[in-house]
Amino acid sequence: MTCEEFVELVTAYLEGTLTPAQRAAFEEHLEVCPGCDTYLDQIRATIDVLGAVPPESLHGTARQRLLDAFSDWSAGSA
Amino acid sequence: MASPGRPDGEPRDRALVASLRAGDEQAFADLVDGWSGSMLRLARHHVATEAAAEEVVQDTWLAVLTGLDRFRGQASFRTWVYRILVNQAKTRGVRDRRTVPFASLAGGDEDGPTVDPSRFQGPEGPHPGGWRQFPQEWPEDVVLTQEVHEVVHRALDTLPPRQRVVVALRDLEGFEADEVSDLLEISAGNQRVLLHRGRSVVRAHLESYYTAAPVGSAGR
Repeated sequence: MTCEEFVELVTAYLEGTLTPAQRAAFEEHLEVCPGCDTYLDQIRATIDVLGAVPPESLHGTARQRLLDAFSDWSAGSA
Repeated sequence: MASPGRPDGEPRDRALVASLRAGDEQAFADLVDGWSGSMLRLARHHVATEAAAEEVVQDTWLAVLTGLDRFRGQASFRTWVYRILVNQAKTRGVRDRRTVPFASLAGGDEDGPTVDPSRFQGPEGPHPGGWRQFPQEWPEDVVLTQEVHEVVHRALDTLPPRQRVVVALRDLEGFEADEVSDLLEISAGNQRVLLHRGRSVVRAHLESYYTAAPVGSAGR
């Protein structure tokens, strides 16, 4: 397996969808290649960073309208 | 009646639904703030304008409230909400004569290498297909500054729409692969390809930020 091939299998590896043979070849390459080891670490770090991005929400008016609707709904269904 | 398969999610969902029924406004506000961003992204694929997408998201939350008694816990509460969203968005898209099936949004977003080929040695090199230079390591303790968040947002903005939605649902929202395939009506393989491509682009943006080299500039 070349590095160029390795980088295209990273997601399938993390998702656990490689065949046993592919997985063995992937891990074998990982053992001997510091560059690909770094690359895999960086993909993992990327996933961590994405997971830590604060969510966007609706703009203020729309948000407030929903909270008002919730109060009405809550009062009506209580 | 309990359904199998979600041992952790189920009690949490039940507690959440119970607090909504009890009129816990903070619980509702947290949900709206937590999910509306990715709901907007998802809705945007079915309707013509940003304003229409916002209406779809608002209508979805109202439909969630009025339909809360119909939540049976067969799917997670979140999946249930997002399914309502997709249905609302499709209905709105049809009304506006703007149905864009997710699959038809494809277009050059699934081909080609995800790392600049010039980063690898050609057939003339000692190790064809090997790195010319190993990727530079990033700082050990990655601090999630506002600046890093902006880098990620900019990276997400550059993604083709399908990749953006898949990355948002998987990595920002933490949906499982099968939930995303299901919501977007795409195959498991397609979902994985879109995720792979999207993550690679975000990594490249972070790389350029951490190592101060322009994205994709190597050898171009």
